[in-house]
Amino acid sequence: MPVTGRVVLDAGGGAPLLPAARTAFLAALDEGWADPRRLHSEGRRARALLDGAREAIAAAVGARTQEVDLAPSHTAALHAAVSTVALGRRRTGADVVASAVERAAVLNAADFAAARGGGARVTVPVDRTGSVDDEAFVAALARPGVALAALQHANGEVGTLQPVEVVHAAARAAGVPLLVDAGSSLGHVAVGDSWDVLAADPADWGGPPGVGVLVTRAGVRRSPDRPQDEDRWFPGGVAVPAALAAAVALEAALADRDEADAARRALVGRLRARVPERVPDVDVAGPDEHRLPHVLTFSCLYVDGEAIVTALDEAGFAVGSGSACTSSALEPSHVLAAMGVLTHGNVRLSLPRGTTAADVDRFADALPGVVGRVRQALGVGDL
Amino acid sequence: MVDARGLLCPAPIIRLARAARTLPAGTVVTVLATDPAAAVDVPAWARMRGHTVVETRRETTEDGDHLAVAVLLGSSAGTGQVS
Repeated sequence: MPVTGRVVLDAGGGAPLLPAARTAFLAALDEGWADPRRLHSEGRRARALLDGAREAIAAAVGARTQEVDLAPSHTAALHAAVSTVALGRRRTGADVVASAVERAAVLNAADFAAARGGGARVTVPVDRTGSVDDEAFVAALARPGVALAALQHANGEVGTLQPVEVVHAAARAAGVPLLVDAGSSLGHVAVGDSWDVLAADPADWGGPPGVGVLVTRAGVRRSPDRPQDEDRWFPGGVAVPAALAAAVALEAALADRDEADAARRALVGRLRARVPERVPDVDVAGPDEHRLPHVLTFSCLYVDGEAIVTALDEAGFAVGSGSACTSSALEPSHVLAAMGVLTHGNVRLSLPRGTTAADVDRFADALPGVVGRVRQALGVGDL
Repeated sequence: MVDARGLLCPAPIIRLARAARTLPAGTVVTVLATDPAAAVDVPAWARMRGHTVVETRRETTEDGDHLAVAVLLGSSAGTGQVS
């Protein structure tokens, strides 16, 4: 029987909803539809669900419930983390230290917050594997005038785990709060406790869209920079069903994290070996070890990124790309650029839980033909 | 000299690779490009093909700014595909 189903290999920041999360979301629509700020029974029931969600998320990351704030999105959580901590520490300084491969939301927020306070973003380079130069990072955050530093737990485009332990120890010694973006890590690998502010993305671990997580350790100074609201850090609050489903999805993801890690790590390892064997002139990004289990990125020489994404889609595969020609921006992925990896012909894979060996083998079987046809159409077969 | 100004990725690299195919190893070929991806992709192509970037500079003409990258061709030059 021919296999014709879709194979989704682009789950980063938008994984298929886990079944437990879907059930919780629907139940919360019935039980928690009311405004959690109201004092009647219905409102209090919604409030209890919301508080339960925060409590579960707090337990999952090793924090106290009151340290957890829920945001309308991962981007909003990152923006608020950078801008409110920078504002809270404006008397100390206005510079923001960040690795070159942080999410665009962090880099843009760093530029915004630094400019507002008369400081600058200090960008720390990475090596060819995407790992930040920890000595340069430590030196940068130890200089006077730093409001905060931001280092991702792992890079969601190429999978590289960052040296957050050593950087956090140095940040603590320097008295500089460290924001760790775990938006591609939480639910997939152990995130640890080397952070002062932690951001995470429920949509990445199989929760619903429309909610983000920000955890701020007691003692980190921050100031709100929005109009006053009962929800101080994210005015207006978040949807109760999304919050509950995010927490339930996280518990489900953590319950089978190690199994999902082993299964997907093996599949990505298989692809890491097979892709360059079967497709000539491929630049595989990221480290072999010390990486996220489910992420793989590679670039095909002389291939147009939009053409390969479209051709793979027609062949049944949903993949991402960091090539300039696949976004409205003219600039290619700043992550690939910082690493010196070929930016055109880029294919970015992020395997959702439950991806099978058959899915990955189908992809590995289809890829050489797809790349070959794109190269033939461009007339570059002889190069 | 390969003038790839105004072309978008991967066209500048394809032009450069075509030129390299016809030139002997040891030649220095300079590519001009306005595509921002070229700043990364020319060195990445050179690394993958065994060539060496010898100089990278920004130049300004009456047509605007562009990048000029000089590449010293290695032994894969002049022979087409090398696996």
